[in-house]
Amino acid sequence: MDAFIHQVVAGLAAGSIYAAVGLALVMIYQSTHHLNFAQGEMAMFSTFIAWALLEKGWPYWAAFFVTIAASFILGFVVQRIFLRPVEKAPVLTNVIVFIGLLVIFNSVAGWIFDYTIKPFQSPFPKDAWFTTRFFSAHEVGSMGVTFLVLLALFLFFRFTPVGLAMRAAAQNPDSARLVGIRVSMMLAVGWGLAAAIGSVAGMMIAPVVFLDPNMMSGILLYGFAAALFGGIDNPWGAVLGGLIVGVLENLLGAYVIGTELKLSVALVMIVGVLTLKPSGLFGKVVVTRV
Amino acid sequence: MSKLLEVSGLNAFYGNTQALFGIDFFLEEGSVTAILGANGAGKTTTLRALCQTTRTTGSIKLDGQELVGKSTESIVRHGVGHVPDGRGTFTGLTTEENLRLGAITRRDKAEVALDLERMYTRFPRLKERRNQQAGTLSGGEQQMLAISRALMLRPRLLLLDEPSFGLAPLIVVEIYRILREIIEQDKDSMLLVEQNASIALELAKNAYLLETGRVAVSGPSEMIKGDESIRRAYLGY
Amino acid sequence: MNILNRKWVILGSIVVLAVLLVAPFLVKNFRVFQMNLVIVYAIAILGLNILTGFNGQFSLGHGAFYAIGAYTAAILMDKTGMVYWATLPIAGVICLGFGWLIGFPALRLSGHYLALATFALALSIPQLLKYNHLEALTGGVQGIVLSKPDAPFSLMMFGQRLNSDRWLYIVSLIVAVIMFWLAYNLLRGRVGRALIAIRDHPIAASAMGINLTYFKSVTFGVSAAFTGVAGALGAVVVAFVAPDSFTVFLSISFLVGLVVGGLASIPGAIFGGIFIQFIPNIADEISRAAPWAIYGIFLITFMYVMPTGVMGLLRKIWEKTGHKHVDSDASEHP
Repeated sequence: MDAFIHQVVAGLAAGSIYAAVGLALVMIYQSTHHLNFAQGEMAMFSTFIAWALLEKGWPYWAAFFVTIAASFILGFVVQRIFLRPVEKAPVLTNVIVFIGLLVIFNSVAGWIFDYTIKPFQSPFPKDAWFTTRFFSAHEVGSMGVTFLVLLALFLFFRFTPVGLAMRAAAQNPDSARLVGIRVSMMLAVGWGLAAAIGSVAGMMIAPVVFLDPNMMSGILLYGFAAALFGGIDNPWGAVLGGLIVGVLENLLGAYVIGTELKLSVALVMIVGVLTLKPSGLFGKVVVTRV
Repeated sequence: MSKLLEVSGLNAFYGNTQALFGIDFFLEEGSVTAILGANGAGKTTTLRALCQTTRTTGSIKLDGQELVGKSTESIVRHGVGHVPDGRGTFTGLTTEENLRLGAITRRDKAEVALDLERMYTRFPRLKERRNQQAGTLSGGEQQMLAISRALMLRPRLLLLDEPSFGLAPLIVVEIYRILREIIEQDKDSMLLVEQNASIALELAKNAYLLETGRVAVSGPSEMIKGDESIRRAYLGY
Repeated sequence: MNILNRKWVILGSIVVLAVLLVAPFLVKNFRVFQMNLVIVYAIAILGLNILTGFNGQFSLGHGAFYAIGAYTAAILMDKTGMVYWATLPIAGVICLGFGWLIGFPALRLSGHYLALATFALALSIPQLLKYNHLEALTGGVQGIVLSKPDAPFSLMMFGQRLNSDRWLYIVSLIVAVIMFWLAYNLLRGRVGRALIAIRDHPIAASAMGINLTYFKSVTFGVSAAFTGVAGALGAVVVAFVAPDSFTVFLSISFLVGLVVGGLASIPGAIFGGIFIQFIPNIADEISRAAPWAIYGIFLITFMYVMPTGVMGLLRKIWEKTGHKHVDSDASEHP
């Protein structure tokens, strides 16, 4: 029984990372209607920035928040420089640009920081007060951080004017312009926010899987699964989706089919859900008049 | 009466196709001017040109300020409210969110809150549905929502694109009654594009008739209403 | 087309054909091998184009069909001693079946959801191929080593022998001509128009009596068949299959080739094949340290300069020089 609970818990902890990545993806999707395939690599790059600051002797939380800010700027700038020229281009053209960004970030990270695997510290000491029999300090800590990030995002989108403007710009850019919203700027802000969230995910997962340029590729898929599972336009859904994916991945890996076929199983899972509920578990089906 | 809007030599293009050929017109402050004509005459294009959502050459002066070459967003911030054809509702957002978006560029939060209440008083049906997804509203309700949203901007110039389109006749009468009320209360300056010429001429002081991208006839509504040959040739009644 | 035009087209085709047939004898063996891969990739991209370009169904998983085709050919040649060219149609049929089956759940998915599902499919293939319960068949991590077939006759031209690679070049050309001709015939006329209608306006298409279920799932099957044949041919050309040759990156490469060549364009697939075969090499020569960063820059620059691919650019030039051309251009609708 203990082992089972432990698998579930490990799944929740991993799931909260997938949830954060899924969140970032939903964010960019909500503001641009594109899925950013380069999300994982950008998160990895941000984590390396944090690592570099920590190597220079910065205290953890200072490095943490500066990395978040730097990631926001990075995402903002990437949108302004690289995505602006193809804003009006077909979807697949944008996809290719994302792929281009993906390989650039991966390659540059490897070039600057090299490919050796590096340990990354966790801010949560092993014997913290919130450690329990089933949850390690880091597991609780990263779940807590993810929850706070989600809360902040929810409040931002629901209750702030900028959040509303971003949602409007994403749904109907033409009408958004007609109420005076600078749609282009909203896209850039969306990217900045997504990059910031991605950096949090990276910094939370690095202590567990260790830091190297290829850290995020598997996680990105699970992040996608989380985002789509819950419904691509639903941040809460992404979080729940992430947790579900994390737990299922662990349980199936441990009890049903061995870790070798974990990815195939993840596929069947995702396709299965989507076949039954094509807009994800909690996706809003927006009513359109034909 | 000063000229709020002065348009001269306006050409508009959709890609390589030219839709407007050097039209001139003006709008007096505090009055309603109608732009009429058959399908494809260039009425909607004119409004799009005013908001710079389509390529134009020529001159558009709002209170002396040149609008050609500016971005749509900045034109809106200059006080041009546009009720687009098809309503342009944010269907995935609630009614109230749609209204708040109308005022998103304004800084005077307290006044915005007051305006919101005013809209709800004027349109009680919108108040009933304030937290409902806007896409589920009926055509007439969405039209009211679109007009209110534009009014939330407190615009200097209101552009209305075919408010009667796709609505049952009774609803159209209702909408126009409300428009008349708004004009009488607030003395808004309005540019009204309509296919339903008769109802537009009841509301407007002056009218321009477009035919394939050119101004065919212009003058006070009274004159046009009274001239049977014009009505029959251009307006079909 | 008037008589004069037709004469030029036929003359031009003969010249092109002659150049193509002579080319392998003018260059080193390794280049011939690379050209073979270009042809193989072009067929694979053509398959993807049928599904994504013409029919608007996103697939990030065509590497899976390529792998299935490749392994089908390898297993048949290795275990049953089948002759190489017979494995191609078999691979095609098997992939047709798989693709058609996958087409069914795909019916319910669209856009990003379909992209994700196919992406996960592609990701899972190497794992499946390495699975120890299937090792007897697939050769596990080591894969299967094959031998390149010899030319059935000998020939010398420009001092070069007709060796395996050059012979396979001719075989690939023949297969490519067949596949492209098949695609051209399939896609023009009613079927092609139906596919495009489904891509651009699915509701209207079904309201007009086009059976979406039938068309979409069969298209998936046909598209998979094309790429499966390419995979089988690829296995013959490379004479080796292993799980790590068929990672997600292959699927991504096909997509890159598709967009670079031009969506909904049959000849575009050729440019796509050239791009994905040669640009990584060029990038490597430019920068040893970060070759993929250069590749990425190439990709992005390409998209800025030619957002509708090479064929899109050529079409624009063709139109600007006065020729009017109405066809199935990729619409802005994904």
